[in-house]
Amino acid sequence: MVDFAQPENAFKPGLPGAAEPACRVVPKYSDQGEREGDWLEISMGPQHPSTHGVFRMDLVLEGETVIRLKPVFGYLHRNHEKIAEQTTYLSSMPYTDRLDYFCSMTNNWAYALAVEKLAGLQVPERAEYIRIITAELTRLQNHACLMGFLMQDLGAMGTPLMYAFREREKILDLFEALSGARMMCNYMRFGGCRIDLPPGWLEQTRRLVADFPRFLDEFEALLTGNEIVMARLQGVGALSRELAINAGISGPMLRASGVNYDIRKVDQYGIYNRFEFRVPLGAHGDCYDRFMLRLLEMRESLRILEPALKDIPSGPIIDARAKLRNFKPRPGEAYGRIEAPKGELGFYLVSDGSANPYRYRVRPPSLINLTILEDLCLGQKVADVVIILGSVDIVLGEVDR
Amino acid sequence: MDQALISELKRQGVITIGLETLYNWGRSNSIWPLGFGLACCAIEMIAASMARFDLARFGAEVFRPSPRQADLMIVAGTVTKKMAPQVVRLYNQMPEPKYVIAMGACAISGGPFKQGYNVLKGVDRFLPVDVHIPGCPPRPEALIHALMTLQRIISGQKLTGPDRPRHLRTDAPAEYPVPTHGAHDLEPARNSSLWRPLKITREA
Amino acid sequence: METLPQLKTRLAAAFPKARLEIVPNGSPGNPDSLWVDAASGLKVAGFLKNDAALQLDFLSNVTGLDWLDKTVTEKVRVKREFKGQEIEVDEILEKIVPGYLEVVYHFYSTPLRHGPLVLRMRTENRTDRTHLPSLVPLYRSAEFQEREIYDLYGVIFDGHPDLRRLLMWEGFADHPMRKDYCEPDDYEYEPTPHGALLEKARRHYPREAAHG
Repeated sequence: MVDFAQPENAFKPGLPGAAEPACRVVPKYSDQGEREGDWLEISMGPQHPSTHGVFRMDLVLEGETVIRLKPVFGYLHRNHEKIAEQTTYLSSMPYTDRLDYFCSMTNNWAYALAVEKLAGLQVPERAEYIRIITAELTRLQNHACLMGFLMQDLGAMGTPLMYAFREREKILDLFEALSGARMMCNYMRFGGCRIDLPPGWLEQTRRLVADFPRFLDEFEALLTGNEIVMARLQGVGALSRELAINAGISGPMLRASGVNYDIRKVDQYGIYNRFEFRVPLGAHGDCYDRFMLRLLEMRESLRILEPALKDIPSGPIIDARAKLRNFKPRPGEAYGRIEAPKGELGFYLVSDGSANPYRYRVRPPSLINLTILEDLCLGQKVADVVIILGSVDIVLGEVDR
Repeated sequence: MDQALISELKRQGVITIGLETLYNWGRSNSIWPLGFGLACCAIEMIAASMARFDLARFGAEVFRPSPRQADLMIVAGTVTKKMAPQVVRLYNQMPEPKYVIAMGACAISGGPFKQGYNVLKGVDRFLPVDVHIPGCPPRPEALIHALMTLQRIISGQKLTGPDRPRHLRTDAPAEYPVPTHGAHDLEPARNSSLWRPLKITREA
Repeated sequence: METLPQLKTRLAAAFPKARLEIVPNGSPGNPDSLWVDAASGLKVAGFLKNDAALQLDFLSNVTGLDWLDKTVTEKVRVKREFKGQEIEVDEILEKIVPGYLEVVYHFYSTPLRHGPLVLRMRTENRTDRTHLPSLVPLYRSAEFQEREIYDLYGVIFDGHPDLRRLLMWEGFADHPMRKDYCEPDDYEYEPTPHGALLEKARRHYPREAAHG
């Protein structure tokens, strides 16, 4: 880190306020007090084409090299937790859709899991299967889109993202047939799911799962061996194993650093213990590993989906003891977490016995995965900051909540 | 010009058209939006510009990262109080003629997050909105519909006379004051020249 | 993982000065938590991280909680003089239990794959003595989460390298996640408010409220 405690170095560690210019030149002095050149202070965001939403980074550059980076949050702070404390348990379910708006199904599941832990509800087997199918479909479309956006950050405007969105639309069609909404599914309930599968849905999903490897092969053939992709991604933004664990990094980012920690395997929530799948691990922890890891995870998701679609039993889809109205869990607390596509998504609920949660906390993987953004970017070129941020995979709805 | 003459010329392969119609036709079919996503609706905005919905059919696929090159601001998502000054500043930086689409319930009124302490209850408190799209989030088709509504508004504009659009008038403001962050709320909390609280009358 | 009472005994032996207490969890099947006083919080967290049997190296979640002052009624038997005689009567005493801010930590172990261990720390009150030790020297994952709690609850984390507001803007005066926070009254209410919203709507439309 650069020491900024020099007398003439007049800028404070705080924010350059909204009214100040987005760019500022700060004179740089040597230890002897001689002027050595300039630092450039840039406010990147909140409106920037590559910050994936209203995210802002305050950068200090020496030439093109990043010597300081402070992320600034809160431009999408929508008071999700406060609103959830003022409303009933069930009314918070649609709000969870809007946390990570790419993955509403997994958000629903994490919240439902926490409430089920709190109230001691059981989930029928068919509902467990539906949950796994929808969650893995969500993982497929999230990772596909992430790679599309990452390629867009690299400068491949359009094409990879178009391919990813083409596949995403097919999955969204399934979600729409299931829940009535493309993105904001609001599908899961405490102790099960809201509505049973429509006729023909499983058949259509099987067809999608059978076709999906073709898209992956195509994507892989286009991108993984691509010279530009390798040159820009390999060796950029390497994250060490120790720092990853210490900084609470979770999800594909943690595993890209070589830590074998997949909550689907560790907690075995739902019925993940019935499925055989491998956990891909990275060796270098750089952007390329994070990129490849998601590609491999999509193949593993398909390995879960195939037997799940085959073995799904018939039966009820919601616990008969689950109450939708007048739902008041006993005073206590519960922490439920799942392996969301972005990482460990957890919900911590404190009940005081009333109809509203006393405390409703979301453990946002996107926010905590950004903890090490500065460590990854220091010493890199400013153009690589965009790629590192893209490989972290953030969604601002979840970062700021 | 005589209507019969126009149709006669058209039959001969000559299209005659008024300058106003031509000008509006050109403007309405080359609306460049600002690539500016705030929240969930931005993903549907991206989806609208992707292969399936193909916003390019209506001449509006050129998402510009810079407000200086954009004609249309699609306020796609929740405007928080922390973000509101930047949204107004971006609007001020856009060149005239410029338009605003408020996409989704949040941009219209705060939507599901209306009770939030950091949520602006509708972007029309600070900006003049031309088209509102309800929905949470609106489907890409709804965005296309809003765009076509905007195109209809633009094609119907008169270039002269008292009804001429804002960018042809000198008395209408092209920029709006940027709010600042106060100790508890935005200061001012709304632009009173643009927006006044609705009077709610309730039956007894 | 060892049980919480076992861990408490071990911790008490390792840190004789630390005040430890098991906070029972009323929800069945969910783990109890361990309360530790603020002065020895950092040392206890270091023990949890480095102990060979625990290896809780993954601080997953840091949560702020606000507990308001509450009035507790208590029945006490007191002696009173009544007509020259001393008799015992019941008296109802009202006691104000001061509120506090609480921070809850969820620890997991990546090598041993166990968890969660729930640790709690409490501030002395809600107003001026809201200091807690920061766990950032041990766990980087606390960095943004503690900043968020400082922002939304007003807990001051001593030893945090960069304690600024995370979500709200600089210059914002309140701590909005506190239970007694009043948000600015800046929106209209739907025609049929109910519950807590009705109270707010009444304050918002005083003239209509006066007419019932």
